[in-house]
Amino acid sequence: MALADARTGSGEPPKVSLLYNPALRSIVYQVVTLVVIVAAIWYAWNNVVQNLARANMTAGFGFLNSRAGFDLAQSLIAYSSDSTYFRALQVGLLNTLVVAAAGIVTATIVGLLVGIGRLSHNWLIARLCTVYVEIFRNIPPLLVIFFWYLGVLALLPSIRSIFQHLEENPDAIFFISNRGIYMPAPVFGDGFGTVLIAFLIGVVAAVAFTVWANARQRATGQRPPVLWVNLGLVLLLPFLVFLVMGSPLTFDYAVPGSFNMRGGMVIGPEFLALYLALSLYTASFIAEIVRAGIRGVSKGQSEASYALGLRPGQATRLVVLPQALRIIIPPLTSQYLNLIKNSSLAVAVGYADLVAVGGTILNQSGKSIEIISIWMLIYVSISLITSLFMNWFNAKMALVER
Amino acid sequence: MAESITYVRDRFIDAEKPPASDSSVIAWLHRNLFASVTDSAMTIVAILAIVWYLPAAINWLFVSAVWTGADRTACLTTDQGGQLPAGWSGACWAYVNDRFVQFMFGSYPRGELWRPLLVVVMFVGLLIPFLMPKAPRKGLNALLLLIVFPIVSFFLLLGGTFGLRHVETSLWGGLMVTLIISFVGIVVSLPAGILLALGRRSQMPIMKTACIVFIELIRGVPLITVLFMASVLLPLFLEPGNNIDKFLRALIGVSIFASAYMAEVIRGGLQAIPKGQYEAADALGLNYFHKMTFVVLPQAIKLVIPGIVNTFIGMFKDTSLVTIISMYDLLGIVKASFGDSGWITPVTPLTGLIFAGFVFWIFCFGMSRYSAFVERRLDTSHTR
Repeated sequence: MALADARTGSGEPPKVSLLYNPALRSIVYQVVTLVVIVAAIWYAWNNVVQNLARANMTAGFGFLNSRAGFDLAQSLIAYSSDSTYFRALQVGLLNTLVVAAAGIVTATIVGLLVGIGRLSHNWLIARLCTVYVEIFRNIPPLLVIFFWYLGVLALLPSIRSIFQHLEENPDAIFFISNRGIYMPAPVFGDGFGTVLIAFLIGVVAAVAFTVWANARQRATGQRPPVLWVNLGLVLLLPFLVFLVMGSPLTFDYAVPGSFNMRGGMVIGPEFLALYLALSLYTASFIAEIVRAGIRGVSKGQSEASYALGLRPGQATRLVVLPQALRIIIPPLTSQYLNLIKNSSLAVAVGYADLVAVGGTILNQSGKSIEIISIWMLIYVSISLITSLFMNWFNAKMALVER
Repeated sequence: MAESITYVRDRFIDAEKPPASDSSVIAWLHRNLFASVTDSAMTIVAILAIVWYLPAAINWLFVSAVWTGADRTACLTTDQGGQLPAGWSGACWAYVNDRFVQFMFGSYPRGELWRPLLVVVMFVGLLIPFLMPKAPRKGLNALLLLIVFPIVSFFLLLGGTFGLRHVETSLWGGLMVTLIISFVGIVVSLPAGILLALGRRSQMPIMKTACIVFIELIRGVPLITVLFMASVLLPLFLEPGNNIDKFLRALIGVSIFASAYMAEVIRGGLQAIPKGQYEAADALGLNYFHKMTFVVLPQAIKLVIPGIVNTFIGMFKDTSLVTIISMYDLLGIVKASFGDSGWITPVTPLTGLIFAGFVFWIFCFGMSRYSAFVERRLDTSHTR
């Protein structure tokens, strides 16, 4: 082009065929894409309308207010078969959040321990941790859930043998059976609220004390006994208040009923299977992330901290881990999201999570479009909130360049 | 100074052996197992745990296990109605042995088993040279494996043409279904993922938005909801009266899901390519298609091979979820066989799950080892 221009000697921009105009091309491509997408949506929509008309069904979320008619084994909030579908979905969402939160905490702790263990100088510990990671990383989580549910928890003693056991030891309060773990349920009497308030005050005071202690350490180089003071504030203070209020806490013990245990608190085998499987499966991935993170901190950092006289534990906690966290957090976030999404495998063992409850409603009412959009909306929101939180945490931990 | 040197060693003395305190077994033990008090304590706890559990596990899996038998009585104790001594517990491999063909091929007609077996032979025959870096004719091999092989297998497995008996997909099952779903997922997700990744990085707002919405929506929800969508909503979205095959629906669900994940992996590779590469391709006058296929993508994909294989491994494990939409992949068929009255025993579920877990483990572990091998091979060009 430039050559041609030079020859003709004209200063005007070269005449390019419209076919090769990038701006025009891009517009054409996009219009075509848009038309294809709109046509596909229109086609699908049209078919949905016809299919629904054929099946004599209507679309809409009005059904959420009708009676559910099914029972749920695990529920944190009041629920009966007379409650609405909407209430059932709330129960499901809460159950999802509970198992996801419990799983995330356990998986993080186990993953951290195993990840550090794999880097241990202790040959045997390192090998054992490697075996753990290689086994759990390469097996489907659903299989691990079935393994716990059908292979382990189903083989625990039956309720009948628990009854026998109770006849021999009437004082027993804690039972493990194939219908779950039974334990005394706490019953909070009057005045327990004061204990809770004392606990909250203790936590706030502990945080304030830590901030003050850090400032003092920076100013004077001396570190106040943070651990002991904080333990006292968080545990001893509420305990003293508890005693002063006259121990407003009793326990409701599980006792044999006609077919099952009555009263007390029970953790069902469905929850246990799901929780154990999700934690152990995700922990193997978190262990690898932690290992990569720690190896990503250069050796000079730990050597420098030894040279400063820090003990190995201190060096890991104060020097290596804070730097490793910067490498660890982004992939850790996606593991947390995976765990939350994998909690939907609850449906396979009948733990009443969002997908299991939604599936039951879908089968009863046939409102497939509505239920699946509710699922998608909720899971995408949970994922977005988790990513936002972890991004904030990541930004907080990120290296501040001065 | 140089002149003052009067002695130059012309013969080197042999290297000394390391001191005994550094090379003996005791030294190794001291360094690796008993370096400190805490170390020793951990070692002892670990050894005790191994001594306690490992023999018990080996005993359960192999020594006490029942290897032969025709039905459940072979694996029952006397008080359960069998012959084994009371208190016995062990793996019931007789059950896996009896159900093996079912675990591999589901209810595929027993007289037609040569068809899936032939597919397996073709697959192995094409895959091994494809995976070996030194084997020649990679292009032809890829063409055969990724295009010809799926078409041939489709006709061979489904039948209904060329005088082959028609075998409905509802009869398919077992490891065969697991492998088919993951293979289709891999073959579809790689090109679809590349297109989505390119779309997401494109300058055109509409393309970009469409790709971002698709990728983030699919990645934000669990695979189960995508599978439910494919199995429940897809028939609604198509013309009234359609009867889309259930197996095909599962394939579509898994492929959509895998494509979204693959797109993000490939985007990572695209982002890692320096801008200079794109500009150099532009300067050479390459158009977009040539720029991507000859300059950017070969480098980008090479960078993210570990990520791609990880996605494959994840997908292979995720195929087990089709159990939930009542299809019988390996895990589904093993689980379904627990209810089979011929083999109901207390140890059947554990035995079946250990078997299924072992098969999944072999495949996933193999893939991750291969990925590590490729990574090491390709890494040579990056070492400084």
